[in-house]
Amino acid sequence: MLLSFAVSSLKSRAKSVVLTFLSLLISISVLLSVEHVRMQAESSFSRTVSDVDLIVGAPSGQLNLMLYSIFRMGSPTNNISYESVEMLKAHSQVEWVIPISLGDSHHGFRVLGTSQDYFEHYKYGDKQPLAFASGQPFSGVFGAVIGADVAKKLGYQVGDKIVIAHGTGMVSFTNHDQSPFTITGILAATGTPVDKTVHVSLEGIEAMHLSPSRLKPIVANPDDTSNPLIQPDDVTAVMLGLKSKFATFTLQRELNNYQDDRLMAILPGVAMAELWKMMGTVENLLRIISVLVLVSSLFGLSTMLLASMQQREKEIAVLRILGAGGGTIFMLLLTEALLIAIAASVVSTSLLTVLFSVSKGWLASEYGLFMSANFFSVHNAIVIGAVLAATIVTTLLPAIDAYRKAIHSRL
Amino acid sequence: MNSQQNRNSSVPVAIRLKDVHHRYPKSQVTLSIPHWEVQTGDKVFLHGPSGTGKTTLLNLLAGVLQPESGEIALLDQPFSSLPTRKRDKFRAKHIGVVFQQFNLVPHLSVLKNIRLAAYFADNKASVDSKAAAMINALRLPPEVLNQSAGSLSVGQQQRVAIARALINEPEILLVDEPTSALDTDARDAFMNMLTALCETQNTTLIFVSHDKSLEKYLSSSVSLSALCTLREAE
Repeated sequence: MLLSFAVSSLKSRAKSVVLTFLSLLISISVLLSVEHVRMQAESSFSRTVSDVDLIVGAPSGQLNLMLYSIFRMGSPTNNISYESVEMLKAHSQVEWVIPISLGDSHHGFRVLGTSQDYFEHYKYGDKQPLAFASGQPFSGVFGAVIGADVAKKLGYQVGDKIVIAHGTGMVSFTNHDQSPFTITGILAATGTPVDKTVHVSLEGIEAMHLSPSRLKPIVANPDDTSNPLIQPDDVTAVMLGLKSKFATFTLQRELNNYQDDRLMAILPGVAMAELWKMMGTVENLLRIISVLVLVSSLFGLSTMLLASMQQREKEIAVLRILGAGGGTIFMLLLTEALLIAIAASVVSTSLLTVLFSVSKGWLASEYGLFMSANFFSVHNAIVIGAVLAATIVTTLLPAIDAYRKAIHSRL
Repeated sequence: MNSQQNRNSSVPVAIRLKDVHHRYPKSQVTLSIPHWEVQTGDKVFLHGPSGTGKTTLLNLLAGVLQPESGEIALLDQPFSSLPTRKRDKFRAKHIGVVFQQFNLVPHLSVLKNIRLAAYFADNKASVDSKAAAMINALRLPPEVLNQSAGSLSVGQQQRVAIARALINEPEILLVDEPTSALDTDARDAFMNMLTALCETQNTTLIFVSHDKSLEKYLSSSVSLSALCTLREAE
């Protein structure tokens, strides 16, 4: 009865109710999306790399090394010599080694020079290995394996020939025209930066930087990777898998104090945490802003209810005379506010689900954000619960006002 | 002191006020009623110019206001001394009220307005057929039941207000200037219907008005100035 009365009463004040509803809808949507993006970004972040125990590169900062080796962001500062890679391969604690060499691009996608070990040992998410959607790992000098996004965006198939540009810009003036690569495989989508990477062999990277005259014999004989001209001198970084996790810190210390080359070894997990801590400030700022937006909407709701008290004095007097106590009037106001807030929450959740389902692909391809469109999570339930609790708190003022007025109202 | 003509003690007393004093908030004026009794089934015309405490008296009788001292007993039960919640419940079950205007929730249908009264009185019986019968007795077309109360004319609203006030068959009906917004013809019809319905339900009626010409519809008449005194405290 109270509920149907509240609904009818809200309907009779449709205009101000709709405006209040919209303002709440927007603020709840902002709050939910900020929370959602934050959670998704964090999980998408931490699932980028898995099972790599150490990343070794030239000394800079651990964030920098992390960013360019895993996230393909920014530029590497310095390289490490290939002798160091050989040293690591031979190290008794090391199980596998993935060398990576960065610095070139293909239509804006980063090109990563690496070895066969990459496809065997690189893992993402919950220790998931890379899988091929079609084709196989490259062999020879000019083979290339492309990520799912690269294939989708540029429409490549296995067997297509591609040209790699120097530098990492979208538009490049120095194309390594003479050294066309052939796509040998396309990786299945991973939801990590791997999807946006063109993988080639280290020898291929060396070959395309040779002068045309020296390149010719190599192009003529692409399966031969033993040519001394294309043996890598240095690489950007190395990812290591260790035989025993317990050796991680010992090896890290050993590498950081290595005498023959200047090395820096970092733990991906630690670097990731530091990176996330840095993002945390921005994230908290967003959170504060969205909470403030919500608070202002709730004050709007409270104001609407307070203002309506003027025109509703008679209605409340009628209820009082029918025997409704002050408590009933109080509950009525609370019910009305909660109805608006619940409606706004439900609509907001559905709206965001639709919105994120639609823009999911675009977010992934444009920004590398891998968002789930599932808004029906425990976390969001808690957020909405908090919103409803805040609604009750802000409604207390008009509700108490209504209660008092009801008690003192005359016939 | 100003008692009713019917002194037969076998008829239960519907309303009894004893040494009731009510002080107006934020002023020093006190309304005092030394003694007043209304027998069950009486139809009392309470008249007096405005500003003599009519509305305050009705508020006291309805339990919306609580007297500062003294006692109001309704249906031989203490009333003014009840806690607020119990007074609200008592009012819902035993007292019907009709005001000058604005008796109904405008955005609800007539039927829902009547159901609301039954709801607050915990009247679990189906009121729909009874409501229809009363609407018929009040000479309103049956389709008004589903119209929103705000869309009716004032005269129709006042008649619906009677139906609403009497749906729980209250022992006491308090009516405050119900005809002030009606023209003469509508007023006569309204008064006839009101008294007839009270008669059938044996409801005690307290009818407040400044219009002496309505006196003829009711069984007894009391002047407010004789009943209560307004005094400025020192």
